[in-house]
Amino acid sequence: MPEKPVLFKIRRQASPAQKAYWEEFELAWHAGMNVISSLMEIARNPLTRDGKATTPITYDSNCLEEVCGSCAMLINGKARMACSALVAKLEQPIRLEALSKFPIIRDLSVDRSVLFENLKRVKAWVPIDGTYDLGAGPRLTMEDQEQAYPLSRCISCCCCMEVCPQFNRQTGFVGAATISQVRLFNTHPTGAALKRQRLQALMGDGGIQECGYAQNCVEVCPKDIPLTRSISEVGGAVMKQAIGDLLRR
Amino acid sequence: MAPNPNIAVVGGGLAGLAAVIKIAEMGGHVDLFSVVPVKRSHSVCAQGGINAAKNLKGEGDSPWQHFDDTVYGGDFLANQPPVKAMCEAAPAIIDLLDRMGVPFNRTPEGLLDFRRFGGTLHHRTAFAGATTGQQLLYALDEQVRRYESEGKVTKYESWEFLSAVLDSRRMCRGICALDLRSMEVRTFPADAIVMATGGIGAIFGRSTNSVVCTGSAQSALYQQGCYYANGEFIQVHPTSIPGEDKLRLMSESARGEGGRVWVPKNAGDRRDANSIPETERWYFLEEWYPKYGNLVPRDIATRAIFKVVYEHNLGIDGRPMVYLDLTHIDRATLDRKLEGILEIYEKFVGDDPRVTPMKIFPGMHYTMGGLWVDYNQATNIAGIFAAGECEYQYHGANRLGANSLVSCIFGGFVAGPSALNYARNQSSATTNGHFEAERKRQEEINAGLMRAEGSENPFRLWRELGELMTKECTVIRSNKNLEQADGNLVEFLERIRRVNLSDRSMWANTSFAFTRQLYNMLQLARVIAQGARLRDESRGAHYKPEFPERDDKKWLKTTKAYFAPDVDEPRFEFEAVDISLIPPRIRKY
Ligand SMILES: Cc1cc2nc3c(=O)[nH]c(=O)nc-3n(C[C@H](O)[C@H](O)[C@H](O)COP(=O)(O)OP(=O)(O)OC[C@H]3O[C@@H](n4cnc5c(N)ncnc54)[C@H](O)[C@@H]3O)c2cc1C
Ligand code: SF4
Ligand code: SF4
Ligand code: FES
Repeated sequence: MPEKPVLFKIRRQASPAQKAYWEEFELAWHAGMNVISSLMEIARNPLTRDGKATTPITYDSNCLEEVCGSCAMLINGKARMACSALVAKLEQPIRLEALSKFPIIRDLSVDRSVLFENLKRVKAWVPIDGTYDLGAGPRLTMEDQEQAYPLSRCISCCCCMEVCPQFNRQTGFVGAATISQVRLFNTHPTGAALKRQRLQALMGDGGIQECGYAQNCVEVCPKDIPLTRSISEVGGAVMKQAIGDLLRR
Repeated sequence: MAPNPNIAVVGGGLAGLAAVIKIAEMGGHVDLFSVVPVKRSHSVCAQGGINAAKNLKGEGDSPWQHFDDTVYGGDFLANQPPVKAMCEAAPAIIDLLDRMGVPFNRTPEGLLDFRRFGGTLHHRTAFAGATTGQQLLYALDEQVRRYESEGKVTKYESWEFLSAVLDSRRMCRGICALDLRSMEVRTFPADAIVMATGGIGAIFGRSTNSVVCTGSAQSALYQQGCYYANGEFIQVHPTSIPGEDKLRLMSESARGEGGRVWVPKNAGDRRDANSIPETERWYFLEEWYPKYGNLVPRDIATRAIFKVVYEHNLGIDGRPMVYLDLTHIDRATLDRKLEGILEIYEKFVGDDPRVTPMKIFPGMHYTMGGLWVDYNQATNIAGIFAAGECEYQYHGANRLGANSLVSCIFGGFVAGPSALNYARNQSSATTNGHFEAERKRQEEINAGLMRAEGSENPFRLWRELGELMTKECTVIRSNKNLEQADGNLVEFLERIRRVNLSDRSMWANTSFAFTRQLYNMLQLARVIAQGARLRDESRGAHYKPEFPERDDKKWLKTTKAYFAPDVDEPRFEFEAVDISLIPPRIRKY
């Protein structure tokens, strides 16, 4: 058991307009520590490694069991969830930084609303008639359920977008998570009613054509979502629809 | 008379989103407020499933049986008519969720699959892998996003509710909220408001709840004059994974799928679990409760584990824990039905529960108590409605597993239309000076906090609160200790006045927001401690060895706490329970 103190280097930034700087913290080792429990400890005793008083660190978290998607950050340079990052498994000093591709709010907290906007753009929902009692839903085979379920476990953490070489302001690329949701809803018996519109939304600038199949996304996804499979399936469907549209013109 | 009223919904978990969907569908507009983006609400944590008596397993299940199990499981403390209505509505709620695209597990014929949960002998729990709450919340979130894109819903995420705006007749006219980025305080007019702010786990420090489940909003409303009912009923889940920052839940579905709880018969047994032979394991739940076995309700399983650990002095390697064993079930079944929760154990503990029995201990999990509401989900303040875990209505003295999700959605489906109908029949306020007054009141509280020059660290004070409440207000209660605990809470309320914020900036200042929440947690903690002190009986989750029996003559009553501003503490009233449908009987599993 490594009983030595744990060293953190945290990149801090008081507001979007101010400059970033690094602070170091030293914490006593406990079994089972993770990055969020360490940030909580700093809040209880906000002193840097050299004993200077500082402010508690601003970060996002909620569930602490890797299902809400709040706590994504760069840990030793890698995009991942902080609540499931066990200190025992990390190289020290542990470097914490905010995700780099999203507008910074403060310290480790960023604004990831772009993903929610993208989900609107592709109409990521099942268009039901209403909430009144219309009886059971469509029958699904066990196989269909087993296909859909992994896709619907996406926690909107945006790690796949952070690591994607094509996801940036220039391309306006929607990113892998949104494409995978298109696959999910297009394969649902009722969701398929909006299939054409969803594929349409993925055509042109910022659409699926921007993807260079670098596969960084699938490697980093904490929920092991088969993103490259989704991209190639949806890519094929977009292509087919584009050609069909051309011929029909 | 407002034909298209504007309703403020506070909270975007299952209950809040259910209310939003109904209001938007009926033609109202919604301003939706949430501390976290609604898709990240605590409801995503629910693992096991959602109850509805669809009777798809040929067991003769029925909504009445579901109703009876719920009332009996809750030790007869719930008013019966709304519970019956919920159980009757549940099958159609499952159908609706299914139509919305929730990937519920299926049978070979393509129908919904159901599993067993605690407190029933029927397969009544629909589930989507081991992440049912996540799947349900996403389905509602997607429908709300659709309404948002049609302009019927406006979201205010990263805004925290501070208080209701009440006019001179004490009718609610809107809310006052804090922008958690700019720290701006603003008021929002609304024709009615629906509160759906979830649980209160943070009052117990570490619990199975998410970080933002502080109960701060409920407490603020209680301090403004809302009744808070049955606060003393706190559910402690028998199987959680002890952790530094949180007690992660090991879902009841692990036992529903055949998981067995046991402890080594010899206190000093240092062998690892797999090398302890059957004859040296004590399956105490199966022995004590032959009919329900490992699936007795939560309060009973929790007390049994406490008994084994603290009275029989057994545990694992001298530590207060017992085993929850799945290793006898084949890997394929476990992966298909429980993958999500097994993954949690693997990720956070490092062992594979398919191979090694899990080490678990009870953890604070759920509040049966909450804002008092009537059968239309209306609180006692005109214009304020409530739904979900933040209200008290459906679970009596103890909640059955998988009944919360259904009560959240059902409650939201009642609260939304009730709020809209109320708003349609109201005339608007004659003046609006109360908005300015409420904003000023909140800004003064903020300014005071920013100025405070003390030495108390709010996060350390919080830890003390959690330790106190976990020790005195969970599984075993005594009058002497409860009185002492309330005294400690009074001290904490003194100490929070001498807080040192260490961060005085006006941008995304989390310590500031937290300190405000902590104050409200302390006020609500007193309601819990004093409510428990007053109730001299044992019922459901409330267990007092000095008064070990349920006492229907004196205590078949709802506790209603209200805040007395002059003395800065709670006062109590008691209300008869509506037992018109099922006569109370002794609860014995
Ligand atoms: C680990 C775990 C597993 C569970 N599993 C199950 C299960 O299998 N089956 C079951 O039936 N039940 C289960 N439960 C219980 C169930 O999950 C909860 O009771 C339920 O999800 C609560 O939903 P809600 O809509 O009331 O609140 P929440 O989902 O907690 O949502 C609360 C909302 O209010 C917002 N909010 C809070 N305070 C404020 C404020 N001041 N201002 C603005 N917004 C605010 C939050 O941002 C959030 O959007 C489980 C609970 C836990 C802890
Ligand atoms: S495959 Fe590469 S380019 Fe395409 S979405 Fe994934 S990371 Fe981005
Ligand atoms: S696809 Fe994976 S990495 Fe991307 S947002 Fe979803 S869970 Fe995160
Ligand atoms: S806090 Fe929810 S994913 Fe980490």
